[in-house]
Amino acid sequence: MKGTNIGEFEELVLLTIAALHPDAYGVSIKNEIKKLAARSVTLSTVHASLNRLEDKGMVKSQMGESTGKRGGKRKKFFTVTAFGAKTLAEVREQREAIWQMIPDAALQVKLGHA
Amino acid sequence: MPENQFHIPPRFSNRFLRWFCKPELLEDIEGDLMEDFNDHIEIKGLRKARLLYSWGVIRFFRPFAIKQMSSSKFNIIMFRNYFKTSLRSIARNKLFSFINVFGLAVSMSVCLLMISMLSEVKTYERFHEDASDIYRLTNLHQNIETQESGLFASTSVIAGKRLKQEVPGIKAASIMRRNFLGDFESENEKYALRGLWADEGFFDVFSFELLSGNKETALLNPKSVVVTDETALKVFNRLDVVGETLMRGEDPYQITAVVKKPPFHSHIQFQIIGSFSTLDQTQMQRNEAGWHSWQNMWMHHVYFKIEDGHAIESIQASLNAISDDQNSREEVSTIQLGTQPILGIMTGPEMSNDIGVTMGSEALWILGILSFVVILSAGFNYTNLSIARSLRRAKEVGIRKVVGAKKGQIFSQFIVEACIISVSSLILAYGVFLFIKPMFLNLNPNMSRMLQLELEPITIVYFVLFALIVGFTAGFLPSLVLSNLRAIQVLKTTVSTKLFSSVSLRKVLIVIQFTLTLGFIISANVAYNQFKYSMNFDKGFNGENILTVQLSRNDPNQVKALFERIPEVQAISMSAMVLGTGERWGDIMKYKDPAESTTLYYSSIDQNYIPMLGHELIAGANFERGPVADSESEVIVNEYTLKKFNIGTPHEAIGEQIEVASNKLTIIGVVKDFHFAPIDQPIECFAFRQRLDDIQMLNLKVSSENIIGTMEKLRSAWEGFDKVHPFEARFHSDHIAGAYDQYELMFTIVTFLAFVSISTACLGLLGMGVYTAETRMKEISIRKVLGASEGSLIQMLVKGFMYLLLIAAAIAIPATYYLFDTVVLADQVNRISIGISEMALGVICIFGVGFLTIGSQIWKAARANPSTTLRNE
Repeated sequence: MKGTNIGEFEELVLLTIAALHPDAYGVSIKNEIKKLAARSVTLSTVHASLNRLEDKGMVKSQMGESTGKRGGKRKKFFTVTAFGAKTLAEVREQREAIWQMIPDAALQVKLGHA
Repeated sequence: MPENQFHIPPRFSNRFLRWFCKPELLEDIEGDLMEDFNDHIEIKGLRKARLLYSWGVIRFFRPFAIKQMSSSKFNIIMFRNYFKTSLRSIARNKLFSFINVFGLAVSMSVCLLMISMLSEVKTYERFHEDASDIYRLTNLHQNIETQESGLFASTSVIAGKRLKQEVPGIKAASIMRRNFLGDFESENEKYALRGLWADEGFFDVFSFELLSGNKETALLNPKSVVVTDETALKVFNRLDVVGETLMRGEDPYQITAVVKKPPFHSHIQFQIIGSFSTLDQTQMQRNEAGWHSWQNMWMHHVYFKIEDGHAIESIQASLNAISDDQNSREEVSTIQLGTQPILGIMTGPEMSNDIGVTMGSEALWILGILSFVVILSAGFNYTNLSIARSLRRAKEVGIRKVVGAKKGQIFSQFIVEACIISVSSLILAYGVFLFIKPMFLNLNPNMSRMLQLELEPITIVYFVLFALIVGFTAGFLPSLVLSNLRAIQVLKTTVSTKLFSSVSLRKVLIVIQFTLTLGFIISANVAYNQFKYSMNFDKGFNGENILTVQLSRNDPNQVKALFERIPEVQAISMSAMVLGTGERWGDIMKYKDPAESTTLYYSSIDQNYIPMLGHELIAGANFERGPVADSESEVIVNEYTLKKFNIGTPHEAIGEQIEVASNKLTIIGVVKDFHFAPIDQPIECFAFRQRLDDIQMLNLKVSSENIIGTMEKLRSAWEGFDKVHPFEARFHSDHIAGAYDQYELMFTIVTFLAFVSISTACLGLLGMGVYTAETRMKEISIRKVLGASEGSLIQMLVKGFMYLLLIAAAIAIPATYYLFDTVVLADQVNRISIGISEMALGVICIFGVGFLTIGSQIWKAARANPSTTLRNE
C-alpha cells in the first residue's frame, strides 16, 4: 500500500491491539484473532508481527503484572502509538476511497460495513 | 485451573528456548507459551499440551527471536569464509591434500564395506510381521560326566510339542525339520529339490507370502507340500499348481499351496516345504519313544511368536520348568532350552546345526575391529600431517586471533577443513568400495549367499555420517593445537618451530602406525605359512591325482562300471567321504568291558580304497571284497584304537572282536595312524568299515595329459546315465584345501589389510619426509656449504625415522608373536612354529619401504644446490 508500510496480518494485529486496549498482550491478541478472523494463528507468528510493528514504531510495549498461570512471568502489554493510529487511519481511508469508486454493478452482493 | 495443580512444560524445550532466544524477548515469550500451555491442558490434556508446547518453541526458532550467537555456529558468513580458506589451503598443498585424501579413502573403503555389511545384516528377517516377537528355541547340550557343552540351533520334537501345549503366551509356533530333499517326479521328469519340513504353524509364525492356497490348512495333512513360485515354474512351467501331485520315490505328495520364493534376507531358504505331519504320523507309529526322545535334537527346529505384551522372560521360565522335568529322566546328558530372537540370529553366537547360513557375532567383531584399526591408522595420518603442517598455518591463526577470532571459531575452522578432506575421501572411497566389493563377496561361497551389499538410502546416510565422524576425530587434535596458539607468540617469533611441543606425540603416532602395519604383514605371512604347512603335511595318505565323484544316490557298482570304460581311469575305489576335511561320522564302540565306550569315527570303503590312497597296513590284511549291504563283519582299525582299548600289539589285535553300535566286528587289519580329521585336531579312534549304504562317492585314479578332456569324457558318461543330478567331481586335494580355507581366507583378508595399512603408513611417512626436508632445507644447505657430504646429510636425516621404525618393530614382533602363539594357533595340534623368517620378512619389508619413501625426499633435499636455497631470502 502506498505511503504506509504495513502488511495484511500486521494490520489485523494492530487493529486487535486497539480493540483489546488496554489488555493487549501476546496470548490475548492471538486468541482474539483466532476468534474474530477464524484463522489459526500461532504465538510465534503473532510475536514476530508484534516485533516488526514495534520496530516500525507503530506499537509500544510495557511490562505488566505477573501471574501464576504464566509461571511467574510478566505480561508485555502493547498499545498503538500515534504513528500506528495514523497508519491505521490512512489504510482505512484508502480503502474507503476505493470502495467509493466501485460501481454497484461490480459487486452484486449485499454489503455490510466492515 | 486450580492453583494446586501445577504442570511443568517439557524441560528440554524450555532449555532450548532459553538457549536461542533473545534475552529481552524471553520473559514475554516464555510467559505466553506457559499461559497457552495451561489453557491447552484444560482443553486437550497434558500430553497434547506438552507436545504443542514443544512445537510452539520450535516455531519461535526464527530470526526475530534468535539472539546473536557468540560462537561461530550460526555465523554463516564466517562459516562460508572457513570453507573458502579451507579449500584454498587444500588446493595450495596439493601433495599433502592428496596424501590425506588418498590415505583416508583407501582405509575408508574398508570401513564402507563393514558399514554396508552391518546395515545389511540388520535388515535380515525384518520382512516378518512383528519380527521382534519371533523367537526360536535353542538347546544347550551338556554331557553330565565330562561337562562338555555345545550350543545348538536345533531342538527336539518333544520340546516343540510341549511348548505348544504347555507354555502360555505363545501366539503361534512351528516345528520344523531340516533337509527335506530328494528327487521329485512329475510326468516322468525328475527334479532335485531342497527344502524343509514344517507344520501348520509355519505361516502363522513367518510372513512368507502365499500366492495361492490356504495358509491355515496348507501344511496340515500328511503328504502335503508347499512349493515356491520358482519351483512351480521349474517343474510345471506355470503357477496354478495347487492340487497337482509330485512323486517322491513311491510316495505321492499333493501340492496345497504356492508360496513366493523366500526373500534374500532370510536365513530360512527353501524350494519346497513338506508337511511335518507326514513325518509325525509315520514316526509315531514306528518308534514313538525315539521320536519323542529329549535327545532327538539334531534335526528339528522350533520357531514361535509370542503374544503382545508377553515378556520372553516368563516364557523362558516355563521352558526352564520343561527342561528340568525332562532332564530329571536323563542319565548321559542334559539339555537346557533357551530362546533366541529371530532378529538376532544373523549376528548371534555361533551355533551348531543351524537351519541356514549365519554370519555369527565373532566374524562381525573381527572384521569390525580390523576395519577400525585400519581407519585409525589413516586418521593418525591426518592428525600427524596436520600438526606437522600447522607451523605454516600459525601466522594465519595469529592474524585471525588479532582480528578478533575466538578460540572456538579457529577450532571449528580447522574441523571444517578436516571434514572437507574426509568427505572428499568418501567419494574416492566409494569408488574403491565398488571395486573391492565383488572380491569381498567372492572370498567365501557363504559370503555371496548371505550378502549383496547393495546400496540402500540409509547406508548412504551412514556413509556420510561416518565420513563426518572421521573428519571430526582426525581433525580434533590439530584443531585444538592451532586454536590454542597465542597470537603474540606466533606473530613475534620468526622461527616458529619452537612453538610446538607435540613433536613427541607425532613420533608416537608414527610408531603406532608402523606397529600395526608390521603386525598385519607378519600375520599375513604366518597365515600363509600355516596354510602351506597344512597342505603339505604328511597326513598318512596320498590323494594325488585322485578325482572324487559324488554318486548322488546312484548305485556305486553301476557308476563304477560306467567309468571303468574310460581308458584314462586307472583304478576306482568307493568311499563314504573324503577324509581329512573335517567331515566325520561316528558310532559308539565297545571292546570287552561293556562299561568302557568311546566314539569310533569311521568311513566305509571298498577293497581298492586302502591301496589307492596309500594307507599303510601294519598288520593283518585289506578287505577282500566290496562293501556289503547287510551282515557287515569285518573292520580295519587304526593304531590309536588299539592303544585306547589296550587291545595289544597290532598282530595280537587281528581276530579280536569289537562292538560298534551293537554290531560285532572282527578286526582283520590295523592301519597306521593318519589324520582323518584336519591336522589341527588330534588323532582319535578310527575304523574302515564296509557298509554299502554309506558309500557316497567314487575315487578315480586318473592318469592323463589332458585333464580337461578326461573330465569332459567323464561328464558325458555321467550325463548319459543320470539326467537329474549334475556331475559333481573335484580333486581330492581340492577337498583337502577346502578344509584349510580358513587360513587362506585369513591370509587374503590380512594381506589386503596389510596392503591398506602399509600404504597409509607410507603416505604418512612420505608426508613427514617431505615436511622435514622442506623445513630443514636451510640447515641442510648451510651444512653443505660448510662441507658436509651428501651421504652424511642423508644419514643424519634418515636416522631419526629409522629409529622410530626400530621401536615399532620392537613392539610389533613380540605382540604378534604372542597373539599367534597363545590365541590364534593355540588350539591347533599341528602347527608351524613362528620363526625368525616370518618376523624378519615383515621387518625387512617395512624398513625397505620406509627407507625408500623417506630417502627419496631426503635425497632430493641433500642434492639440492645450496645457492638456490640460500639465495631465496
